[in-house]
Amino acid sequence: MANDLQSSKGQTAIAKTAVAFDRPLNLACGFELTTHELVFETYGKLNSSHTNAILICHALSGDHHAAGVDSEGKSGWWEHYIGPGKPIDTNRFFVVCPNNIGSCFGSTGPNSINPATGKHWGADFPTLEVSDWVESQVFLMEHLEIDCWAAVVGGSLGGMQAMHWSVVHPEKLQHAVVIAASLKLSAQNIAFNEIARRAIQSDVNFKDGQYLEHQTSPKDGLALARMIGHLTYLSDHALGRKFGRLVRSGDLDAAQKELVEFEISSYLNYQGDKFAKGFDANSYILITKMLDYFDLVKNYKNDALATFSNAKCQFLVVSFSSDWRFSPECSEEITDALIGADKNVTYLRIESDQGHDAFLLPDARYENGVSLYLNRVADQLEAEQP
Amino acid sequence: MINNNGFIGDWIKENSRVLDLGCGDGSLLETLTNKHQVRGYGLEIDPASISQCIDRGVNVIEQDLNEGLENFADASFDTVVMMQTLQALRYPHLVLDEMLRIGKQCIVTFPNFGHWRTRADLVFSGRMPVTKRLSYQWYDTPNIHFFTYKDFEALCVERNIHIVNRNFVGGRASDLGLDSIWPNLFAHTAVYRLSK
Repeated sequence: MANDLQSSKGQTAIAKTAVAFDRPLNLACGFELTTHELVFETYGKLNSSHTNAILICHALSGDHHAAGVDSEGKSGWWEHYIGPGKPIDTNRFFVVCPNNIGSCFGSTGPNSINPATGKHWGADFPTLEVSDWVESQVFLMEHLEIDCWAAVVGGSLGGMQAMHWSVVHPEKLQHAVVIAASLKLSAQNIAFNEIARRAIQSDVNFKDGQYLEHQTSPKDGLALARMIGHLTYLSDHALGRKFGRLVRSGDLDAAQKELVEFEISSYLNYQGDKFAKGFDANSYILITKMLDYFDLVKNYKNDALATFSNAKCQFLVVSFSSDWRFSPECSEEITDALIGADKNVTYLRIESDQGHDAFLLPDARYENGVSLYLNRVADQLEAEQP
Repeated sequence: MINNNGFIGDWIKENSRVLDLGCGDGSLLETLTNKHQVRGYGLEIDPASISQCIDRGVNVIEQDLNEGLENFADASFDTVVMMQTLQALRYPHLVLDEMLRIGKQCIVTFPNFGHWRTRADLVFSGRMPVTKRLSYQWYDTPNIHFFTYKDFEALCVERNIHIVNRNFVGGRASDLGLDSIWPNLFAHTAVYRLSK
């Protein structure tokens, strides 16, 4: 494993690795994934007692490239939060970020070859749940010879993984950082995901999900799905502030108004097209369903307090005031349950107009809160180091 | 003083659950955790105070007391504490009711506006008092209610709140015992232990 790279000049040194697991992963749907591969990046150094590892859980469209600048010049999706001296400080922690199964950045997913058929899995890739991502991350943890994470950290779907870890593997983490997440999705959330899936499935090039075999690509459907999703991750106020009624081309005062393109239209189309080039339609369907199916409390008689009574770790819960996909109320439900279950929890409600996307963006209070919390974690484990 | 080793600690059982409303920098909860092994949570909205709590390792919850406490179950805490915050709340009487619903006992402290210094300011200068402990100007102050310990006790009678204990803290006047003889004049801080 190549984790011996040193960080220099404030740059985050990236070690990119892939690991293939030969033993089967039993999925929640009953399917046995006989082998699977995970691509992951690590930043920072694992200490001698292997106690300073942090697992980063990505969300719907995330990948293993969370920090630093990769060989293609691309910054990590959580660049503001992971790195030397940053809130998740790679000078103190060994940070691990895998691309999870079912996604499309190198780990086993719909674009991989199904060993049973010799063809791409495509739409036949088995249904996944959050627990499957977590169990696959347990494989990775064992591979890295880590017994207990210093923290499991994630936003949105990532926060759901962190909560699942805390309840199902209570001995395997010291802290869970749950950002802009929810115990389960609301009807509105599921509805947005359904619209996105319908957009993809309506594209003539989708071919019932076997587009790779047909050598087509449902780019338009995927772009539309992303445009809808992207819009819901932003707030009305932030859109107004950034775009308002600005016009990119055409003239609103001219008679032929149909030629007018608003800045917001251009922006959203650009975001949709860019996403469609880099993401896989089957993965999008698979992972949005995974979000829909997530229900942390279902197996505990729908009692959130009873659910968390299993947890042993400490929690940092963070929400953003303008997030209407996973609103502060969702995080407060989590926090209240943790207080009721007598768990250590700190809750921050960050004032922000950036909507759900705020969890990825720079924000002084948010950075400060995560930083103070994790620095304390680092202080404690460094004091315990032999 | 009361934050650290005074009588508040005597009223709190070991290993009990404590909710601190308006917990400030978290020092009270930190002390109670270290000395009495309580499991404590603090509610706070000031960002700088919240940061201090995180730094101390105190469980801090960002929640505005003025927006209600419905999220806390009945009798879910052994003690609900509120230090020097009552005078800054929009509806102090409703928060008191909520505290008594959530906690088996409550501890409340507040600045006594009957203290001789505040009285002297008002009488001799004709201006609203600005003292060391009440250092805000009238137009820019978190302290929106001015009341004395007698006013507070009248409210307790009105709302059927049982006063289990009360104490007064009066700075130098304490040494002379003046605050216990004539609390409304010499006590700058009143401390109450309440139950239903």
